[in-house]
Amino acid sequence: MTLNYMTGAEAVIKALVDNGVEVIFGYPGGAVLPLYDALFENKKIKHILVRHEQAAVHAAEGYARSTGKVGCVLVTSGPGATNAITGLTDALMDSVPVICLSGQVPTHLIGTDAFQEADTTGISRPCTKHNYLVKNADKLCEIIHKSFEIASSGRPGPVLIDLPKDIQLTNVKYIKKLQKIKKHNHYHSNVDEVLINKVAKLLLQAERPIIYAGGGVVNSGPKASKLLTELVNLLDCPVTLTLMGLGCVPNTNKNFLGMLGMHGTYEANLAMHNCDVMLNVGARFDDRVTGRLNAFAPNSKKVHIDVDKSSINKVVSVDYGIVGDCKEILSVLVQEVKKLHNQKVLKLKTKWWSQINKWKEKDSLGFKQIGNNIKPQQAIKSLYEKTIDFDTYITTEVGQHQMWAAQYFGFSKPNRWMTSGGLGTMGYGLPSSVGVQIAHPKSLVIDISGEASFLMNMQELSTIVQYKLPIKIFILNNEWMGMVRQWQELNHGSRYSESYTSSLPDFVKLAESFGITGLRVDNIHNLEATIDEIININGPVIADIRVEKEENCFPMIPSGAAHNEMILNSDDNVKDTSNEGLALV
Amino acid sequence: MSVYQKNELEEDETSRTLSLIVDNQPGTLARVIGLFSGRGYNIESLNVTEIDEIRNLSRISLVTRGTSNTIEQIKSQLLRIVPVHIVRDLTLEGPFIKSELALVKLVVKGANRVEALRIAETFRARTLDVTLSSFVFELTGKPSKLDAFIDLMRSLGDTEVSRTGVSAISRGDKTETKLLDQI
Repeated sequence: MTLNYMTGAEAVIKALVDNGVEVIFGYPGGAVLPLYDALFENKKIKHILVRHEQAAVHAAEGYARSTGKVGCVLVTSGPGATNAITGLTDALMDSVPVICLSGQVPTHLIGTDAFQEADTTGISRPCTKHNYLVKNADKLCEIIHKSFEIASSGRPGPVLIDLPKDIQLTNVKYIKKLQKIKKHNHYHSNVDEVLINKVAKLLLQAERPIIYAGGGVVNSGPKASKLLTELVNLLDCPVTLTLMGLGCVPNTNKNFLGMLGMHGTYEANLAMHNCDVMLNVGARFDDRVTGRLNAFAPNSKKVHIDVDKSSINKVVSVDYGIVGDCKEILSVLVQEVKKLHNQKVLKLKTKWWSQINKWKEKDSLGFKQIGNNIKPQQAIKSLYEKTIDFDTYITTEVGQHQMWAAQYFGFSKPNRWMTSGGLGTMGYGLPSSVGVQIAHPKSLVIDISGEASFLMNMQELSTIVQYKLPIKIFILNNEWMGMVRQWQELNHGSRYSESYTSSLPDFVKLAESFGITGLRVDNIHNLEATIDEIININGPVIADIRVEKEENCFPMIPSGAAHNEMILNSDDNVKDTSNEGLALV
Repeated sequence: MSVYQKNELEEDETSRTLSLIVDNQPGTLARVIGLFSGRGYNIESLNVTEIDEIRNLSRISLVTRGTSNTIEQIKSQLLRIVPVHIVRDLTLEGPFIKSELALVKLVVKGANRVEALRIAETFRARTLDVTLSSFVFELTGKPSKLDAFIDLMRSLGDTEVSRTGVSAISRGDKTETKLLDQI
């Protein structure tokens, strides 16, 4: 064999190395055996064997979101690929850069309903940013290099490459990654200085401004978060973050009002409702954030910075739309604001802040820890306080525990918070924590979980044990699919149809069966000691935190309601949900 | 439009002709069509063929209907598709030509045969096939002209129609050459 010639499978692995891949999450099968053979001798890529392909994608997402790199997945054809679909959709909705390699039956068998054949490119088309079926081995290397560019540029997202087995076995000439790959030309940052200057003036002269930022800032890199914080401090204006944006302004910043939206704080939502100028940086006016659209920030001028042009004016019409990468646009905006700042055009916002402080006095996240039962809010709060000095990464599943984690856990840096926002995938957190811990072996990685979500991907305990990952699984166990139960209570006359998590395992014994530590606590007086134990144990822990069973997650904007129609607690006069609201999820 | 909002001032929907330059590769058309079905947009007409063999490019001419907001969304969403390189809104850009080809089979006997031929002549349709009991006509032109012709043929007998969908191009000396060179 001459130099530079190798099998397709070897070329794939070499191309991954060329693109900086160090870890790949996968599961073998018939159609990817040549790829696994090429991995066998490879020292540069570490393969992490998951126990289900969905978990492989979530692990890659956790890896990607906690590092800013591209996550990489390898699955076999047919069921391997279809199992990965939930993960790919999740990555698409939350704009996570992921490359998924899937095996396929050999090209001459495609379309014959061969064993473990599925139309993978057809199935994955609507849930990937782009996908390829490699039918010509000469294009193989180019396609892989291009895929990394597509996954990580502009608004990031998943790219799937379907690799027929004969292509993996063909001899190909390896083509190196070009120094400069031609950028996908749809994502030009439009640094329009005239427009940005106008926006700077608008912000400085606003009487009641607010900045609302989201995952786009995190995706843009740590510099974008620094610039955003600088802007907030320069303008001395309130800032609120979406679920995906948590951490891009430190929670300790005095201008930070907490998360906004359906379970956001009272002050954040009221400030959004009453602002006169709103600057949206890297968020997409998601329905969890806006509530009823025709009552969304009704008297405000809106500015929207987004890398994806189609996000601008999609659901909310804005006065100024700026298409571009957050850090590029923010760096110009900060400069413009500084220039104007020196000319003393900044309006005083004393009245605005005193109004906001009045809203804060409502203490919308307040709760009463009485009796011996553990309030879930207290569990998160204590976990936060105990881990504040650690190098901590948090993942979550989906439901009440996720919202409580967002409300009561503080994030001082971006990339520390991995949660399934757009798709709302139960079972995301445990596999995601695998990816995070692989990327940060020395850090404290905690999966804040609910007992129902945990059951959805608990097979990954086996992965955790195999790779000796010291992940702490913090299960807020209320024996209910809590969020479902809460909506049934609020919207369906407390008819709790199928939302009780019956026949739960004994989590302590479950942990022991995997040879790891299981802890249980059901009394508030033992909570802190248990958390200390969780942190101090050198290895994985499953902690069964028995919490108050019927606690609801408040504050809340009921579905179909506006920001100023929040309910703060169960004693609030809850209006019956409108018929329109009932139809909403 | 979001489920949260019934737009009070529902703007009139208008028809728009879009012209797309895309990579001629499997899956591109599926992504374009999937976008329309997945997000609930309308397609009134769609026509796609390779136009540049060397660069492997195809043109999709597409007629859609919607409010100006919806059309802006459609254009932005189309541009997100990786193999879509250029999206032109011909309706917005200025004067343009829309043309379509129809093949119309008419089964007809007796006196109506003469009438059919007379109408075909008026419309400058070509007669491609004749039997004692049928004709096949070929007609090109604006969709509205084709509609009128087909309506008349239907009143004369049993018909079968095959249309290509609209092909469109802007008037004047402006071309896409520069845009294409950037691909």
